[in-house]
Amino acid sequence: MTKQKFDIVVLGGGPGGYVAAIRAAQLGYKTAVIERENLGGICLNWGCIPTKALLRSAEVFHNMKHAADYGLVAKDLGFDLDKVVKRSRGIAAQLSGGIAHLMKKNKITVIEGEGKLVKPGLLHVTKDGKKIADVAATDIILATGARARELPHLKADGNLIWTYRHALVPNVMPKKLLVIGSGAIGIEFASFYNELGAEVTVVEMLDRVLPVEDEEISAFALKSFKAQGLNILTSASVTKLDKKKDTVVYTVEDKKGKAQQIEVDRVIVAIGITGNVENIGLEENSIKIDRGHIIADEWGHTGVKGVHAIGDLTGPPWLAHKASHEGVIVIEKIARDKGNKEIKDLHPIDKGNIPGCTYCRPQVASVGMTEQAAKDKGHKVRVGRFPFIGNGKAIALGEAEGLVKTVFDAKTGELLGAHMVGAEVTEMIQGYTVARTLETTEAELMHTVFPHPTLSEMMHEAVLDAYGKAIHF
Amino acid sequence: MAIEIFMPALSPTMESGTLAKWLVKEGDVVESGTMLAEIETDKATMEYESIDDGVIGKIMIADGTEEVAVGTLIAVLLEEGEDDSALDTVSSSKAAPVAVKEETIPAPVVTAAPVSTIAPTGDRVFSSPLARRIAAQKDINIADVSGSGPRGRVIKRDVDSFAPVAKPTAPAAVASPDGDAPYEEIKLSNIRKTIAKRLTESKQTVPHFYLGVDIELDNLLAARAELNSMSDEYKISVNDFIIRACALALKKIPNANVQFGGDVMRHYSRSDISVAVAIPGGLVTPVIRGAEQKGLRQISEETKELAKKARDGKLMPEDYAGGTFSISNLGMMGIKQFQAVINPPQAAILAVGSGEKRPVITGDEIRIATVMSVNLACDHRAIDGAVGANLLGAIKTYLEHPSTMLL
Repeated sequence: MTKQKFDIVVLGGGPGGYVAAIRAAQLGYKTAVIERENLGGICLNWGCIPTKALLRSAEVFHNMKHAADYGLVAKDLGFDLDKVVKRSRGIAAQLSGGIAHLMKKNKITVIEGEGKLVKPGLLHVTKDGKKIADVAATDIILATGARARELPHLKADGNLIWTYRHALVPNVMPKKLLVIGSGAIGIEFASFYNELGAEVTVVEMLDRVLPVEDEEISAFALKSFKAQGLNILTSASVTKLDKKKDTVVYTVEDKKGKAQQIEVDRVIVAIGITGNVENIGLEENSIKIDRGHIIADEWGHTGVKGVHAIGDLTGPPWLAHKASHEGVIVIEKIARDKGNKEIKDLHPIDKGNIPGCTYCRPQVASVGMTEQAAKDKGHKVRVGRFPFIGNGKAIALGEAEGLVKTVFDAKTGELLGAHMVGAEVTEMIQGYTVARTLETTEAELMHTVFPHPTLSEMMHEAVLDAYGKAIHF
Repeated sequence: MAIEIFMPALSPTMESGTLAKWLVKEGDVVESGTMLAEIETDKATMEYESIDDGVIGKIMIADGTEEVAVGTLIAVLLEEGEDDSALDTVSSSKAAPVAVKEETIPAPVVTAAPVSTIAPTGDRVFSSPLARRIAAQKDINIADVSGSGPRGRVIKRDVDSFAPVAKPTAPAAVASPDGDAPYEEIKLSNIRKTIAKRLTESKQTVPHFYLGVDIELDNLLAARAELNSMSDEYKISVNDFIIRACALALKKIPNANVQFGGDVMRHYSRSDISVAVAIPGGLVTPVIRGAEQKGLRQISEETKELAKKARDGKLMPEDYAGGTFSISNLGMMGIKQFQAVINPPQAAILAVGSGEKRPVITGDEIRIATVMSVNLACDHRAIDGAVGANLLGAIKTYLEHPSTMLL
């Protein structure tokens, strides 16, 4: 067993933890990361990145199926699921190796094992049940992330009933698949397996898919999903999963309580996220937990001296980019409190300005308030819309299905929110996010020259439309 | 070891000030005595000079930053041979010892030197488009809002949380068919803010009463002409006589050389005469200390020097702090008579009109004399009518019979 001492120790090497560690090292702190599994965390190994790899395979397959639309010939179409998965795993492994390199480059000590907070300033690290290290640090950043939420009647077994983790490395290509939950995770897997030919049903408890998105975008996506053959049940819930030999019979109830039993090959449970709060010494150190997440202040402080928490562990939105941003903020706050004068203009993350992206087909991306949320907050709004069908580039790409929507405050011209559905919108949302961060009004957006021919022209048009000035529609 | 430069306390009462302008930039070599920055307090703009030699390593507080607390780290000076890495050793901002208020020094009156940082609305204020628009809609001058964004950029939350100070009365009161007459809002300088605050306080809390008297100046003018004809080395003005007369009168009527202090009364044993000097953007009142012990020539020289310093914006706190009595002379502007507002915490101010030939009746005879009307405003909490009248009488006697000033 070793005893080690650091200025800052980060528990968890995901996109929150490793970014915090790098920032700490940049500021000259002797830094360590404790990671129990893979550097890069869920995002890189079991989330954002490997799913994008799978979805890219699905997208290429989709294009192959529609080769004739482009005047191309593609024969004997098919896929090798093992190879699709292998590619995805290879990309995850490559990137995780990249993080290891970044740790080395920044002289950050990586301790492999499970860390537990003993008391403020001290962690125990165990590996395979054996205690391997005492790690002391002035400041400890808890960044253990989150995992799929399960319910007693909706429990994954890794064989018939999957979480995202199992769905990334499927043991079989399901012919019939049930996806419970239509948030980003559920919809992305539904989209992937549907593209590969599974008969997919998505059950959503709320009255619409992608419930955090703007209603209009949600409705647009629903229409598109249905056209692709996805079976979507909203305002419905799965009340029972009855496992058979190699199938599952699920019971689904609509809002009137009418139940029916349906047999599928596999089930993906995607009903939410819960923080990894267990066995890391929270209760012992009186760190407050609320519904599976640590309660931390806007700077990530837990209220216990020298103990901070960031990322998914502290609650929604469960997004890698939010965790990374918090990782930087928590370190800079620590540095500023210690008197580092280089740290200026430090602000807590603005949760209203974190973009969200879903990589289903069509893609969905948004930032800021939905139209309804803006109205609920008392804003008088001006809404602009522009459809992909009015954009030359979209048509040239063969991606004429989609919508860009802007929500402005009628009085001040503040861009309250932007919502997009369609090809490549996840790559475009940053434009509106920058606009919001810089606090532009509609005027600056109108004055901005958008390059032609690009999909981004629709972003311009959607602004113009809010003021009745759209040109191409 | 890098040298830390802190926001200085330029007067005993200074708690914070505006870092109006840096006179050096990062990388500049400075030596003891080099002017580093202009610091604007509520009373004056002063240059702050370096007491050490070195190179400006880092400027921590930007030009134009308001309300910088005394003791805030404003810059770091690198000593010879040090490089930027020495900046890392700079400790967190620690409060420099704040000068303790001295009870014997009364708070300075409305005084200030010319201020270079009146922010005209044309100046660029870094702000977000949204902040500018909301400010315009709320009728807030964006220049009044301090920014919390990157490099002090004014952003939405700053405007949203902005609490406007008393709004200037726009000429809108005179309604024209087209609404407001066009106007430009100019941010108040610190000196203007101080004048506004102190004189409002004076008029609202100090019970003024006014005593007027006419003073014949012919004897004084004759004495002055004689004195001035005797040498080219000095030129005594009527005002110099008035300063000396007031100083002597306060000595003679000590109950008028007082200040109201709540539950005490301060009786001054010295006549420190504050003389109002108009400067661009306001007025200042440099002090002739112990004027009762100074001759006309010395008073004249000091007054000239202080007035020049005032107009050049070079007044130091010791030049304007304190004062036990004020004189405001608008005679040279052709004003026949007026009433002045007391400069708290002083208890009296003499408003001096112009000297002019007037018919004067003595007994049953009309004759022509050079007459000057003066008006004494007194704080009734400190000076009663009779005391004020005695003081004014004494002033009148000294001025009408200037030879008595020789006694």
